[in-house]
Amino acid sequence: MSLLEIENLSLTIHETEILKRVSLCIGAGQIVAVTGESGSGKSMTALAVMQLLPNGAKTEGAIWLGRQNLLKQSEREMCDLRGAEIGMVFQEPMTALNPVKTIGDQVIETIPVHKAMSRTKASARAHEVLSRVGLPPDRFPLSRYPHELSGGQRQRVVIAMAIALRPKLLIADEPTTALDVTTQAQILDLLKGLAREYGMGLLMITHDLAVVADMADQIVVMRHGEVVESGATIDLLNNMQHPYTRKLFQASGHQVSLPEPPEPRPLLEVKNVVRDYRLPRNSLFAKAGQHRAVDDVSFTLNRGERLGLVGESGCGKSTLTRAILGLEEVQSGEIRLDNQPVFAGHKPNPAVRRKMQVVFQDPYGSFNPRHRVARLITEPFHLLESPPTGTERQDRIAEMLTAVGLSPDDANKYIHEFSGGQRQRIAIARALIIRPELIVFDEPVSALDVSVRAQILDLLAELCATYNLTYLFISHDLSVVRTITDRVMVMQAGRIVEQGETEQVFSSPRHAYTRTLIDAAPILPGIGANVA
Amino acid sequence: MLRYALKRLISLVISLVVASVVIFAVIEVAPGDPASFMLGVNAQEDTLAALRAELGLDGSKIQRYFNWVGGMMVGDFGTSYTYRTPVSQMISDRLWVSLPLALYALTLSTLIAFPAGIYAAARRGKPGDLTVMGVTQLGIAVPNFWFAMMLVLIFAINLRWFNAGGFAGWDKGVWTGLHSLTLPAIALALPQAAILARVMRSSLLDILGEEFMRTARAKGLSRRQALWRHGVRNALIPVLTILGLQFSFLLAGSIIIEQVFYLPGLGRLVFQAISARDLVVVESVVMLLVFAVITVNYMVDLAYAAVDPRLRGRS
Amino acid sequence: MSRNLLLGSVLSSLVLLAALMSFVWTPYDYAELDIPNKLEPPNAQHWFGTDHFGRDMFSMIMVGARTSIAVALVAVGIGMALGVPLGLTAAARKGSWLDEVIMRGNDLVFAFPSLVIAILITAVFGAGAINAIIAIGIFNIPVFARITRGAALSLWEREFILAARVAGKGAARISAEHILPNVANLLIVQGTIQFSLGILAEAGLSYVGLGAQPPTPSWGRMLADAQTMVSFAPHLALIPGLAIIVTVLGLNLLGDGLRDWLDPRIRVARA
Repeated sequence: MSLLEIENLSLTIHETEILKRVSLCIGAGQIVAVTGESGSGKSMTALAVMQLLPNGAKTEGAIWLGRQNLLKQSEREMCDLRGAEIGMVFQEPMTALNPVKTIGDQVIETIPVHKAMSRTKASARAHEVLSRVGLPPDRFPLSRYPHELSGGQRQRVVIAMAIALRPKLLIADEPTTALDVTTQAQILDLLKGLAREYGMGLLMITHDLAVVADMADQIVVMRHGEVVESGATIDLLNNMQHPYTRKLFQASGHQVSLPEPPEPRPLLEVKNVVRDYRLPRNSLFAKAGQHRAVDDVSFTLNRGERLGLVGESGCGKSTLTRAILGLEEVQSGEIRLDNQPVFAGHKPNPAVRRKMQVVFQDPYGSFNPRHRVARLITEPFHLLESPPTGTERQDRIAEMLTAVGLSPDDANKYIHEFSGGQRQRIAIARALIIRPELIVFDEPVSALDVSVRAQILDLLAELCATYNLTYLFISHDLSVVRTITDRVMVMQAGRIVEQGETEQVFSSPRHAYTRTLIDAAPILPGIGANVA
Repeated sequence: MLRYALKRLISLVISLVVASVVIFAVIEVAPGDPASFMLGVNAQEDTLAALRAELGLDGSKIQRYFNWVGGMMVGDFGTSYTYRTPVSQMISDRLWVSLPLALYALTLSTLIAFPAGIYAAARRGKPGDLTVMGVTQLGIAVPNFWFAMMLVLIFAINLRWFNAGGFAGWDKGVWTGLHSLTLPAIALALPQAAILARVMRSSLLDILGEEFMRTARAKGLSRRQALWRHGVRNALIPVLTILGLQFSFLLAGSIIIEQVFYLPGLGRLVFQAISARDLVVVESVVMLLVFAVITVNYMVDLAYAAVDPRLRGRS
Repeated sequence: MSRNLLLGSVLSSLVLLAALMSFVWTPYDYAELDIPNKLEPPNAQHWFGTDHFGRDMFSMIMVGARTSIAVALVAVGIGMALGVPLGLTAAARKGSWLDEVIMRGNDLVFAFPSLVIAILITAVFGAGAINAIIAIGIFNIPVFARITRGAALSLWEREFILAARVAGKGAARISAEHILPNVANLLIVQGTIQFSLGILAEAGLSYVGLGAQPPTPSWGRMLADAQTMVSFAPHLALIPGLAIIVTVLGLNLLGDGLRDWLDPRIRVARA
């Protein structure tokens, strides 16, 4: 008999249909992954099991936990079940913990709420689970506050809280999306181990198909609130029935082919760049400490070359990007574009700025909501000595919008009328409009769903062919960098630890850190012949 | 924690110094010579000089500033131009009315506002919440001195539960004193409580939307338990700011309310001093008020650290 | 249009209309004494009754609205005109000595509640409407500086500002072109709230004699005059009080309504 069985679950929130007749089941010790793009209803399915749905939610169908139908339980009965029978881990470890309570208090709290054991036993249990999740109290005392821990460590605390009473079912909603790839691997291992060890059912919600393929026993693919396909992992991967499932897996492993780069001629030269930040002083009288964000970095980017930069959060890649863009001055070293320094004196050099543009990660924060698209994408004209006007300006706008796959009529719209993928296209149009020598792509596809991501990658490959782009592509996603760059650099703790031909670096990494990164990244298995 | 407290202390001292310079400078530009104002136009030059020396009006501006500040540090606020008595004596008498009044009002305001705000937030959108929001909307629109007059009309003139004005003093017992401060305190407290309750409610609503509240519910805490254990303390952080600001409003407000109830507090003192052009009294009372406000804000900063471990830091 | 917005704009325009109307027409001359008809309760001839000199209360309330609105409006203007640029500058130069000086200056002004500023000014220069305006206006500066800086700081972190910097735009240009339009809603809402607080502050100051001087009618002073007569002529106190409440309530509802209408995420500082 299965542990959890969802039968024809339908959900509306304020009359809007969110879930349509969703069914799935989980056995003890089994890992079931629910996957899909944003808006597929996967997270709502998890919240429905917890009965923590937003106001105005109406449900139909049944959710059986053993013999209890969770949809029929009173709120009081659900309180008894939550934490004791069902535990839950959330996406954002940075905000999932109460900032004003110690981690010990928060882990222990689960126990007396359910009056499960005495105070001393509860404390012993907190010690035990924290040790189990890799935070032994002798190194991480219970008196620590959440802000004193890293993201991965906080996620471990959240997991400890969820498993303190050994629930039968653990729900994990995108538990590693906010984490670095090496931390992600550890957390996934931990979750997998816990499920096996305690015989827990694990309901895992994730958009990342590589993660799904890596750890799930069963896969459930959702779209627009419906289950389109489900089955045992190996069967499903080898024999996808639904076209959407195939499309999703293809998009996740999407490959593009770039035109051959021309003969190497240096465009951007970065020499021995160092950037320090001052740390807040530890005591009133001590000297302020320094944090070296970028440590003696040197590299060359050739004309027509597509260079990747990978590394985990805090490795210094953002700081380096800002230095290249001339947004921040460096302490020592030199950054030259086309043989001219990015900073002339202590001021950004306008002659260099004119040759560079940037595309950012967040499609929602990248545009002033009060301007129309025409004004948004022509903002870089400010850099030109004689910006085009009149019909010439109109023509440039139309050309750019067409080049990125939009219509010239879109120029008069406001940014809120566009989807995330369309916004990234507009961002690319803005970067391209002054025909810069170099474009910096700062995680340009990280916030997008896989199918949209594939389209943007296609667009980039296309633009490479038509506009001879030279770019620096910064990303934490190795699979993206692998297909969209010619050469790649790996950054760790402010240093570039390895650089070389992309294929070369990925297939035979030389530096230990590169190997760790590549090993940690979950891999999408080669999809069977019957996919295509 | 110690470092944080020290850092705030330094900025407290700087604020006090700048404030004292500003107050001193403003009073200095006042036209006219207090000594000739006091003695009249026919005064002899040597009597004037003697009076100036007595009042500490001779000497350079800088010297006088340091005399004034140095005096205040040891509790000497100078001599009143009109009464020829030490200002410190006059202030301390009045302070025994104004300070208890402000604290009484602050206590009332907090006692009313916190439960009301928490209640409203817990019942968001329901009739209880709408009632609290409606009443507080009205509450923030009511001028406290007018409210005071209405209280007098109802509870003193018609019902005769309280005296319409005056202060019984503390000599006849704490209760008698408190009794005569009750109407003024209510008049001061209720409009402030309306603001505080609204801030408490919206701050708590913000917290209720935080993810850690969902984590708490996922542990099996009921809505109510989660609200009390995880919500209230986090919601206090912005509320403290308002509470600190409110103290200064209550002090200032008490100056006006004292007029309604004929209370012999700092407010009466300062208005008498203004009409008598007794600038040394005005100067000292204003400095005292500003000192109180800055000090209370310092304590609020320390209270933040007590509530929010992120500010404490660990070295 | 929400109920708040509707009710708020109706009440506020009512008061504004009364104030504007008073320039061309009032039922009686507000300064005309009519001792035989003194202390009349509201009736058909005198809608709001008469005061202890027989002056028509309705006319006085109309002219008083003028005083209140003028003082509060100019005070908000002063606060915005100085506070907003200060806030924008502080945000643009975040962490610099300039930011530090502006913010410390703000804290310092906050330590002088408007009544205390008014006491200081009056003690030196004498009482009057202008001094009331200055006292309330000075206190408004840090309010606007602080909320502008707060909102601007989070905007400076946004990627569209980085994009503008990459497009070579300087801090002043970005502040004017990108930051200011995006904090405008917040400023409108906060301006409405400060306006209502200004009405309350003006009433308080004229009640204690630090505001507009006779013969200019003001609601606060009408209340002060009423105080000794409240037991036998309660309308003298009730009517100016209700006028203040209606105005402040109207403006507050308008502010809340505008906030919900323009952008529900706006946080208003209320102190």
